[in-house]
Amino acid sequence: MPTSLASEPRATGDIAAALSESIRRAAAERAALAITGGDTKAFYGRSTDGEPLSIAGHRGIVAYDPSELVVVARAGTPLAEVETALAANGQQLAFEPPRLGPASTLGGVVASGLSGPRRPFAGAVRDCVLGATILDGHGRQLRFGGQVFKNVAGFDLFRLMAGALGVLGVILEVSIRLAPAPRREAALALETPSADARRKLAELMRRPVPLSGAFHDGRQLHLRLSGGEAGVEAISRELGGESEDLAFWDAVRDLRHPALAGDGPLWRLSLPQSAPIPPVGEALAWDWAGALVWMRSDLAPEQIWRGAGAAGGHATLFRGASGGAEVFQPLAPAMLALHQRLKAALDPAGVLNPGRLYGAL
Amino acid sequence: MLDRFESRLDGEFAEVDRARLLERLAAALPPHRLIATPESMRPYETDGLAAYRSLPAAVALPADADEAGAVLRACRELGVPVVARGAGTGLSGGALPFPGCVLLALGKLNRILEIDPLARTARVQPGVRNLAISEAAKPYGLFYAPDPSSQLACSIGGNVAENAGGVHCLKYGLTVHNIVKLEALTIEGERLTIGSDALDAPGFDLLALLTGSEGLLAVVTEITVRLLPIPADVKTLLVAFPDARCAAQAVADIIAAGVIPAGLEMMDALALRAAERFAHAGYPEDADAILICECDGHAGDAGAELERLADICRAAGASLIRLAKDEAERTRMWAGRKGAFPAMGRLAPDYYCIDGTIPRRRLPDVLEGIAELSRVHGLAVANVFHAGDGNLHPLILYDAQAPGQLERAETLGGAILELCVEVGGTITGEHGVGREKINQMCVQFSEAELTAFAAIKAAFDPAGLLNPGKAIPTLARCAEFGAMHVHHGETRFADLPRF
Ligand SMILES: Cc1cc2nc3c(=O)[nH]c(=O)nc-3n(C[C@H](O)[C@H](O)[C@H](O)COP(=O)(O)OP(=O)(O)OC[C@H]3O[C@@H](n4cnc5c(N)ncnc54)[C@H](O)[C@@H]3O)c2cc1C
Repeated sequence: MPTSLASEPRATGDIAAALSESIRRAAAERAALAITGGDTKAFYGRSTDGEPLSIAGHRGIVAYDPSELVVVARAGTPLAEVETALAANGQQLAFEPPRLGPASTLGGVVASGLSGPRRPFAGAVRDCVLGATILDGHGRQLRFGGQVFKNVAGFDLFRLMAGALGVLGVILEVSIRLAPAPRREAALALETPSADARRKLAELMRRPVPLSGAFHDGRQLHLRLSGGEAGVEAISRELGGESEDLAFWDAVRDLRHPALAGDGPLWRLSLPQSAPIPPVGEALAWDWAGALVWMRSDLAPEQIWRGAGAAGGHATLFRGASGGAEVFQPLAPAMLALHQRLKAALDPAGVLNPGRLYGAL
Repeated sequence: MLDRFESRLDGEFAEVDRARLLERLAAALPPHRLIATPESMRPYETDGLAAYRSLPAAVALPADADEAGAVLRACRELGVPVVARGAGTGLSGGALPFPGCVLLALGKLNRILEIDPLARTARVQPGVRNLAISEAAKPYGLFYAPDPSSQLACSIGGNVAENAGGVHCLKYGLTVHNIVKLEALTIEGERLTIGSDALDAPGFDLLALLTGSEGLLAVVTEITVRLLPIPADVKTLLVAFPDARCAAQAVADIIAAGVIPAGLEMMDALALRAAERFAHAGYPEDADAILICECDGHAGDAGAELERLADICRAAGASLIRLAKDEAERTRMWAGRKGAFPAMGRLAPDYYCIDGTIPRRRLPDVLEGIAELSRVHGLAVANVFHAGDGNLHPLILYDAQAPGQLERAETLGGAILELCVEVGGTITGEHGVGREKINQMCVQFSEAELTAFAAIKAAFDPAGLLNPGKAIPTLARCAEFGAMHVHHGETRFADLPRF
């Protein structure tokens, strides 16, 4: 029998009305709001000044029925609370978001759109968002999508919220598609240099292998396998290498791997998996089977963006931005203009996290 | 009637002199790719929803993105609406032309531009047929996962516009999960690159926004799809139940047990009997419902998964569990399911396919609700559906020649969709809103939500020229529809003027 939790909104934990009122007031005064959840990702994106609007108080799992493979929760619900509930039923968030502190909220996970090492194999945050209730820049409550996997009514504005950093709306509640925890997992490390490892992976992934992680720390290639017993056993045997603790992947997921340590500026390059790494800095490590490169660089941001763009990808100054500088790869003028029109469509007064994504948004 | 564009409810467009329009289009296209006589435009008057028909002012058949851009610019300058068309297999009237509009048919953009086996992607033009991609990728051991039942005919551009699903999307996802990059044209004829060859792109996720936007935001001229390695082993199971409720319960139990089959399809008694007579698939005709379950993966794992699945079905009361012993039997099992729509032709002259999605746990109630509605409206309904994702396809059987039956079928269809919304589902799982479900959108969304959709559309297409009257209803339409319609005991759009 499904262990469905209360589907009625709980008396506590619902502060939607107050949040709506704050936005309405801000819109009337054209006063910027800085949306925060657990404030664990303040380093990410540009800084935005504005009156803080905390959604942390809007919390609680609203519905969870394991047989539906869906959890519905308010945006302020701690990620840890959600993951604990899922684990108790042998389910998980397929996109494996980084856990950047106990205060981290589900809303922040969706708004930042950051996905973990499973991303190339199991999908991104946006792939798993089935619906969202948001407050737009007028403070109006809008519900898009729903709780079912297949739903093509209306534009997918719920997916658009993933990675938009709150610029298009305040996420109040989200429904997320879940995955069953794999029956078997294994981790192994291989002494393969970076360039060889990239080639080897591209070949390997042409076959149906149960990969769920492929990370290179500059020295070793680390692989994780997840799936049925037979497939995981067979491919582990074939690949050889040293078996290692699965906990290694927690460090990769939570960006705690020593290769990424330090407070200096850290660049994130998102590239086609088979592209060579552009020579715009020192590659510290790569994840996503080669499609995500962590880099340190003394070059000017423009040079890094140009290099990443020429390789068919883009670059983000992930950590260590200063002042009002841009951190995301600049958009072409026509594309930026379209972004501005989309922002104006949902937040005409421009009060929701202005400048957090781009200075001109 | 929904087959007529009504300016009052769908949007006002300036009257444009047809000769002037044709002259402008003639400058954009060679004569043999501009169709303007009623006889030659006839094949374009409808899509897969054949009950709605209407002729456009002209049909433009561009051969590349530049020509498509020139057509769009001409239409933009004259203020003429444009309806994009792929293969015309859509089931919601999305590609239905209206008088005065230009139908932009993309079938000539039908080349597979590149298959990159190392990146596991294919770059294709929008008119390429869905199945052609998997056929071209097969020599590399790869395939394109979303497999609508119409995959032999439907175009990948139409799939992107509808966010099409298929029988294997429970495990492999919908179109949105299997594309990485688009080239698209705005109504201004301006080129946009959406998404990237990397796993994400800077800025808003416009790839997700464009997928499923039914030709209202931009015209897609090139698609890079993700290819997957062909699974090592595939195993298929036919399971029969003496009671459809048990079958529905088995579906929920399978998912709750952590099994995600590659496919999990259900057919009720009426559908399975028709399909059996049509395709000789080996379905037991005395069953109340059957499930077709497919597992794939490593040989050992697919077999073990199938065992677990069989155990769950047995516990739920299955009366027959049969494993396809070879590829021939497997193909036969699927032939019944894939031929279910044409098989309906043996039961009634016409059928009307509905496409709601519901939470899986509500399956038994909704099946009962549909049976009750079928009795009330006096039309038989057969159910064939993607049970694993709760995506229903009730097929309403009727006779278009019999006076009043089409209207009754439409009323019954509308009532079924509203039942889907009531239990927490949606009015369309994969066929799109198109023209057909434009009124039901007023049931599923509030005035503020529809206003937001309209604002998003205007950000791309300020003059509202791309596929007007489809997918997103005007508030005027909802006000009129709301006058006949009471939602949860309250009149919606109460503060808007009635016409
Ligand atoms: C027998 C049968 C079975 C079916 N089974 C399934 C199924 O299992 N799953 C499923 O999802 N669907 C199914 N369908 C519905 C249909 O095949 C899909 O919706 C398909 O994606 C439509 O593709 P098309 O090329 O025929 O598009 P069309 O019908 O030509 O157009 C559909 C919509 O897309 C727009 N459009 C087309 N091309 C473009 C473009 N390049 N740029 C912008 N907009 C564009 C059109 O304006 C229209 O709104 C089925 C249909 C039939 C007849």
